[in-house]
Amino acid sequence: MKHIISVLVENKFGTLNRVATMFSARGFNLSSISIGETEDPEISRMTIVTFADDQIINQVIKQLNRLIDTIKVTDLTNQPHVERELLLMTLKLSKTQQHEIFELINVFKGKVVDIKQKSITIEVIGSPDKINTTIDIFKPYGIKELARSGAVAIHRGE
Amino acid sequence: MHLSGHTLNGSEIFFECLRREHVEYIFGYPGGSLLKVYETLYEIQDIRHILVRHEQGATHMAEGYARATGKPGVVLVTSGPGATNTVTGIANAYMDSSPMVVFTGQVPSSLIGNDAFQEADIVGITRSITKHNFLVKDVKELALTIRKAFFLATTGRPGPVLIDMPKDVLNSSCAFHWPESVDIRGFKPTIKCHINQVEKAAHKIAKAKRPLLYIGGGVISAEASEELRAFAIKQNIPVTMTLQGLGAFPGNHPLSMGMLGMHGTYWSNQAVNACDVLIAVGARFDDRVTGKIDTFAPHAFKIHNDIDPTNVDKNIKVDLPIVGDAKDFLAVLLEETPNTVENREPWLAEIQSWREQCPLTYNMEDGALRTEFVIDEVSKQTAGHAVVVTDVGQHQMWTSQYYTFMNPRSIITSGGLGTMGFGLPAAIGAAFGITDRPVVLFCGDGGIMMNIQELVTAVHCKTPIKIFLINNSFLGMVRQWQELFHKEKYSFTDLADSNPDFIKVAEAFGCKALAAETPDAAKAAIKEALAYKDGPILVDFRVVKKDMVFPMVPAGGSISDMLLARLNPKTMV
Repeated sequence: MKHIISVLVENKFGTLNRVATMFSARGFNLSSISIGETEDPEISRMTIVTFADDQIINQVIKQLNRLIDTIKVTDLTNQPHVERELLLMTLKLSKTQQHEIFELINVFKGKVVDIKQKSITIEVIGSPDKINTTIDIFKPYGIKELARSGAVAIHRGE
Repeated sequence: MHLSGHTLNGSEIFFECLRREHVEYIFGYPGGSLLKVYETLYEIQDIRHILVRHEQGATHMAEGYARATGKPGVVLVTSGPGATNTVTGIANAYMDSSPMVVFTGQVPSSLIGNDAFQEADIVGITRSITKHNFLVKDVKELALTIRKAFFLATTGRPGPVLIDMPKDVLNSSCAFHWPESVDIRGFKPTIKCHINQVEKAAHKIAKAKRPLLYIGGGVISAEASEELRAFAIKQNIPVTMTLQGLGAFPGNHPLSMGMLGMHGTYWSNQAVNACDVLIAVGARFDDRVTGKIDTFAPHAFKIHNDIDPTNVDKNIKVDLPIVGDAKDFLAVLLEETPNTVENREPWLAEIQSWREQCPLTYNMEDGALRTEFVIDEVSKQTAGHAVVVTDVGQHQMWTSQYYTFMNPRSIITSGGLGTMGFGLPAAIGAAFGITDRPVVLFCGDGGIMMNIQELVTAVHCKTPIKIFLINNSFLGMVRQWQELFHKEKYSFTDLADSNPDFIKVAEAFGCKALAAETPDAAKAAIKEALAYKDGPILVDFRVVKKDMVFPMVPAGGSISDMLLARLNPKTMV
């Protein structure tokens, strides 16, 4: 089962490496990991997506807690939360399909961030599921390059 | 105190911090990036530096010292190869939860990452084998980092912590301030057990007809032996111990069952199989203990106390997890359990019948010298009160079976990592910490060669360790597996043609040495060695070559299903 785990960590060099090393040393699945500073510059928030059964996920959470640089570990999976991922994608642009592409960008509420004679770069923000669908739909038009941020997530406010 | 606020350089701060941490011994080896530290050390009288002959030796000595005393062991080595040589020792301390602080020199900050001379990314290398590690980038952070390292190494589940100190940090100066307290927001171990959980455990135990205590090294590191003894006796519960737990409960007590697991006693493993409540304290359900997981303690309600939450439900799903310190757990349990005890006599009688059915025995008829005899004899001559250090292999398992451990902190052995070469340096380290009891080492002829250079350290320091070399001219445990499970292909385990003359080796190092080939000679040699006080002494016991350790649970088998003797008796000759 997919789990989304939010981890507050010390904003120090090597912290990301400690977490990644722990996942590989323990043989845990690591689907995506993203990290960025929080409102407190000494603390970063890490969002980890992993696939594991309940017993393993318990171990994952405990092992994360055991790292000295982790401050708080929350499994958001079964709690109200918002999850988003950013997709940047460059597509081939041909005169004949131009119209269709623009329509699809609208459907996915994407934004054009760059446009050239033969290519167009768009950004799409959404749940990882939506990002997967976006990529599937655009594939036939010719994807030249794409980059995904990995999921970031946060608790819904009270 | 008097130096607080004074301007000191990094290496002076380093030693001032060690003083504040009450460090008595440093096990170390100098080198380029530590020249400033060794310059300062030259004038220091109150901290003793033990010069090892290989950095791996330093780490095992520090661990031996730590395990014997409960105080953290301190290692000081230079950058690059000095640092990488500590890796095995650090991994060993990590697996066996020994408190240790390793200081490594590092190339100057400006050169880090440039493939500088004697540079290694030791913080990166040791990330997964330390409890935590640090690179000090500014001399102003040095004191706090050292304070944190000792706090982490000794608090909660103990373990090794490494501090990497670049040369320029050690050379530069700042005002010295010793942080009186330390707070790490990501490190808040649960020490006190949840009282409701302990009450539940007490209730369950009070009603149990066939309870069993399964005791691990956590009871030793928590200094909880007194509480364990009081609780086991009050509730009349038999006690089986892991390799690291031996000595937590006196080995000669009728409730003591010795070790469980792969080479544990038959009656311990049968009791695990038959118990109705299993109380695991400071133990981690290691695969060498459990054998096949689905058949481990199948009828038992499992209670598990451990200071490290990751140990709970890691290998085996338990019914009642209790995170916290073993001392707290056992003390509260002692209070919470009733004074009137369920009748446990039928259970103890059943265990006794298993004990009689398959006792620990060895061949005493043929007049040959056997490891079991040597260990048994050392156990008798020291009345079970020695600090016993072992290396890894057959002699280690026989030690668990034939030495009657009477006190905690008396077995110092590489359990988790199984590091051959651990024994000799660990014994030297233990002997610096413990001077009122003999420190004896059982070591195979394979393992002793893996850190033989430390014999010089022992000779130079006149460390009075008793090196009992169990010499069967084989890598005996590997040979045993080859015989049992690998078609008797004795691939690269016969050392008869390549072993050195150990008496000459010892003498070349300046170490007194004896040899023994018969039980009578062995008895006399043990007596002489135990009486010898002028430094290390080595006894080369030339034991029979092809004995095997029994009973044995084949790897992955159920622990109720033990091999009691050779499959093919013909292989004995």
